[in-house]
Amino acid sequence: MAVVSRGFGARRRESDPRLPPGQYLTEDFPVLSAGPTPRIEQDDWRFGIRTEGGDAVSWTWDEFMALPIEDVDTDIHCVTRWSKLGTSWRGVSLDTLLDTVETDAEFAMAHSYGGYTTNVPMEDLLGGKAWVAFEFEGEPLDPEHGGPARLLVPHLYFWKSAKWVRGLTLMQDDEPGFWEQNGYNMHGDPWTEERYW
Amino acid sequence: MTVGGWRPGRVLEALPATPSARILRLEVPGWPGSTAGQHVDIRLTAEDGYQAVRSYSLGSYGPGDTIELAVDEIPEGEVSPYLVEDVLPGDELEVKGPLGGYFVWRPGGEGPVQLIAGGSGIVPLMAMVRAATDAGAAASVRLLYSVRTASDAIYRDELGQLAGDGGVGLTWRYTRAAPDGWTDPVGRLDEDALRAATWEPSQEPIVYVCGPTGFVEHVADALVGLGHEPARIRTERFGGA
Repeated sequence: MAVVSRGFGARRRESDPRLPPGQYLTEDFPVLSAGPTPRIEQDDWRFGIRTEGGDAVSWTWDEFMALPIEDVDTDIHCVTRWSKLGTSWRGVSLDTLLDTVETDAEFAMAHSYGGYTTNVPMEDLLGGKAWVAFEFEGEPLDPEHGGPARLLVPHLYFWKSAKWVRGLTLMQDDEPGFWEQNGYNMHGDPWTEERYW
Repeated sequence: MTVGGWRPGRVLEALPATPSARILRLEVPGWPGSTAGQHVDIRLTAEDGYQAVRSYSLGSYGPGDTIELAVDEIPEGEVSPYLVEDVLPGDELEVKGPLGGYFVWRPGGEGPVQLIAGGSGIVPLMAMVRAATDAGAAASVRLLYSVRTASDAIYRDELGQLAGDGGVGLTWRYTRAAPDGWTDPVGRLDEDALRAATWEPSQEPIVYVCGPTGFVEHVADALVGLGHEPARIRTERFGGA
């Protein structure tokens, strides 16, 4: 039996079946970053993929915009316990991007402008589950939310959706990224509360 | 070190800190200790089993079974009004942690440390001020604390004491109204104020910035503009509900 906090619960919020355990709803879009916000011009932006065999492919902003673009409506969940429901994004599916390389890798490390990294299993990037997104609610993605473009892996806690993403390196073995070295889970499924070490 | 599960905690003290904030001291048997700058999850359970969890920074650090939070009330919030208005010594809640391994300060590092707080963003930086003072490293630490008015400053008295002879360097910034006799400008932190109150970029300080999102974005951008290396600026933002 959990500890009961005397008198707590008067101001409770409505629960929602779309909320994973231990999360609460927010209407805002809070910002979590470990450092200053990098400012990357579209002209300077590149997105690249390097395979475990050393093959590399990359896109400029214009080349990226010429790829098939998808609309994504999804809920997002931050490990700091807020969730935001019904957000809308536009971006390029990781299926499209990873289809351009030959790989048997099982894991990917996302790298960002500014030095951030996060590790994601390939099976969480493929199958219509992940995008590189550049629009949020019909507007270009703000730098503080990861613009020009961020990874969007909404079925995992949002630290996996690397802001200011500039590429993926594909790996046979899993390695911890930035937050994964600083106390957070290697995988990050919000429905099973894979939050911390 | 793994975080482990929820630990029962008991409120030892609930002290008014500002018109909207309280300092809570909690006894958490078996608490593994924390590093200055870390935070915890707090879980509250109602009589009918309803639960809510929020994260709060620790103002305390180090070993021992007593931890300290300072909670600022969010008017439309669900948990902070309970912690600021309702909770009493003897009440129980649950604690998970310590959490976070990046926005932390440990003794032994070389070089100066710059702390910049906005409002209740002082809490994890207070843990660093205390840790640096206890470690004899206070002279390498400067703190710039931005508050609306003097009465909005959490830890005002303790900071005044710790900033005495040989203590941390403390600079106040008032954004709405300053105390009588205050001669520095009042208003949002600008580049001039930042330059005057912080270690120079050439001294390569590690900079910790904590506060509301808008404050942290503004300050971190200005620091980069002043020439601080982005990789040496560590931020913790809070916002949302």
